Amino acid sequence: MLASKASSSAAGTTVDPRLYGPGRTVAPVEVTGSQSIIRSLEELGVTDVFGIPGGAILPTYDPLMDSDQVNHILVRHEQGAGHAAQGYAMVTGEVGVCIATSGPGATNLVTPMADAHMDSVPMVAITGQVNANVIGTDAFQEADIVGISTPITKHSFLVTDADQIPKVMAEAFHLASTGRPGPVLVDVTKSAQVAKTTFSWPPKIELNGYRPVTRGHSKQIREAAKLIQAASRPVFYIGGGMIKANASEEFHALAETVGAPVVTTLMARGAFPDSHEQNLGMPGMHGTVSAVAALQRSDLLITLGARFDDRVTGQLETFAPDAKVIHADIDPAEISKNRAADVPIVGSLKEIVPELGFAFDALVAKHGRTDISGWWKQLNRFRETYPLGYATPEDGKIAPQQVIEKINQASGPEAVYVAGVGQHQMWSAQFVKYERPRQWLNSGGLGTMGYSVPAAMGAQVGNPDRVVWAIDGDGCFQMTNQELATCAINKIPIKVAVINNSSLGMVRQWQTLFYESRYSNTHLNTSVTAEGGEVVRIPDFVKLAEAYGCVGLRCERPEDIDAVIAEAMAINDRPVVIDFVVSRDSMVWPMVPAGVSNSDIQFAHNLTPQWDEED
Amino acid sequence: MGTHDIVAPEQRRTLSVLVEDVPGVLTKVSGLFARRAFNIHSLAVGPSELPGLSRITVVVDADSKLLEQITKQLNKLINVIKIIELAPENSVQREHLLIKVKADAPTRLQVTQAVELFRAKIVDVSVDSLTVEATGAPDKLNALLEVLEPFGVREIVRSGTLAISRGAKSMTDKALR
Repeated sequence: MLASKASSSAAGTTVDPRLYGPGRTVAPVEVTGSQSIIRSLEELGVTDVFGIPGGAILPTYDPLMDSDQVNHILVRHEQGAGHAAQGYAMVTGEVGVCIATSGPGATNLVTPMADAHMDSVPMVAITGQVNANVIGTDAFQEADIVGISTPITKHSFLVTDADQIPKVMAEAFHLASTGRPGPVLVDVTKSAQVAKTTFSWPPKIELNGYRPVTRGHSKQIREAAKLIQAASRPVFYIGGGMIKANASEEFHALAETVGAPVVTTLMARGAFPDSHEQNLGMPGMHGTVSAVAALQRSDLLITLGARFDDRVTGQLETFAPDAKVIHADIDPAEISKNRAADVPIVGSLKEIVPELGFAFDALVAKHGRTDISGWWKQLNRFRETYPLGYATPEDGKIAPQQVIEKINQASGPEAVYVAGVGQHQMWSAQFVKYERPRQWLNSGGLGTMGYSVPAAMGAQVGNPDRVVWAIDGDGCFQMTNQELATCAINKIPIKVAVINNSSLGMVRQWQTLFYESRYSNTHLNTSVTAEGGEVVRIPDFVKLAEAYGCVGLRCERPEDIDAVIAEAMAINDRPVVIDFVVSRDSMVWPMVPAGVSNSDIQFAHNLTPQWDEED
Repeated sequence: MGTHDIVAPEQRRTLSVLVEDVPGVLTKVSGLFARRAFNIHSLAVGPSELPGLSRITVVVDADSKLLEQITKQLNKLINVIKIIELAPENSVQREHLLIKVKADAPTRLQVTQAVELFRAKIVDVSVDSLTVEATGAPDKLNALLEVLEPFGVREIVRSGTLAISRGAKSMTDKALR
């Protein structure tokens, strides 16, 4: 009796295991709401934040100046702060933090919040809000950012009472980092920031409606193992959830135990090494023939942390028509959302993956293995017959794929590769060899052009000792390159490779293929005129880089690629921008045209694989 | 493709959603329905027996697969504590109707008789109109409306469905662990 009483009182003083951060204890002190925000960030273990001050967040920027722990990086546009927080979160696995003022500051965070929501990136956005007594009056720089952000965040808080700040901050970090990670908005009125309050740590978290399941149901895991043991054409369909769950190592063991082929989606590149012979590469619209074929012809999809995105499935009704589906995900709403699961497992892959291995081993010990050598023979034929490749451009210009390959050769798997959105993104996903999780960052779900430079900046802050490459397009680069100023001033030495085809390349590719080469509004004039005849550089990326205090380099001939990359690799004190002038006629292959079955994949224009081999 | 999609007929389903009573919670719930293209037939919200918790009754048109997705998406909202489906056979479902009907001297008696027949109430009287209040299952209220229609309906106000399970158990029994 006494013992249980003692233990329960001890439990009462123990720090809530759900609390993010180092778990220190702070006795109550009198502070302002603003100080309470900064003190909360410190107790949550935050060391780097990205933001821009403005009227409604001004009070909080004052104590921020005095924080020894929290380093604030002043960006040039709030969108940059948001993507930087994403990049930081993606490479470190920790919560990325961005700060903005009310109204336009907050609305400029909408794109990164939506991006983080689609790609499950743990992020907390702190915004100032107008004084509580003028909310709803269309006050200067007032925007209902809680309302605006509701559909694109995991959760959003409006704080009008300064006493709530530590609790809300702790809840925000808990929500952002657990379960299916995502962005959380904390909107704090200026009146709450200037109010007197008490700060103490830890606060008590009250989230009665939030109970993510981490442990997979053991019966379901056994059912899954049975299907795997019996399958003759199984394939591991791995999504970004594997990286978010930090379960790559566990998965490596499971994959080798089972011996089935592995495909890694755009968000999962690096979750399993490309050099591993079981890895068939990326599936989907621009996936490898062998990865697409593996899913299409499979009798069992072992889906781990993926969500049957339309870019992977193509036409859903004809996707993997003969496959049963095991679907493990931490978000129950993903299961059977697009494709019905035969065996659903809700939980964290960190726990599910090893248990799946044990269950499989136990079954094999009893019933032996199903022979999958025929399956491998088939897939190996596809892999050998239809490897990734590219044609030498007829215009004599650089092949963009070659640039990306060479960057990868020079920088290796320990570097971080951050792409924008479009052709260069797909080539980066295809031609960089991904060997470790968190080596590859991109905007997968939302497809945000302009993600690359600010996300690379955040990644470099999170991983200061790694080489960070922003592989960007000339269209994307022009959307967010103002953050080169932030990088130059703060000595964040990212390397930017602008794959400059003087056009919105992916749109142009679709115009070539599906709009009779009618190039409506896709010429950007960043290296050649619309007709292609004359050189025009608006802007001149080398001069632009130099104007921002970066090193600007240009490469226009295939024979110069190695040298210019070597030059960039030698510079570590400043950002470098290389303008790679490439052919604008290069296209991304393979491709599944929109609206058709993945079985109609083309490995080059109008060329479809020969699926069945005559013996 | 060779396979025919089997489309289950859409059904009217009633969900009871227990939510934290915080600002914006109704927007979060109704916004979710809008952006996921879930069709709301009716929605009613009010306080529950527990302080700080509100209860939303929402009637949706959905087959089982869609209902599962709706429930899962609702569960992802942090302020949603619990969701149950209330099947018509083991729940009480009621709507509230206020209707202003033309009723002058020649028709007044017929209107009052119809009102009595449906066990509705007359709550306001004027020279040429009556205001009727009725509570009941949606079918009953529809029938009442049909009967009153010929007299001339001036105004209708109708609540969303309220629903509660039959028997002693409460939805909030295990809601707070």
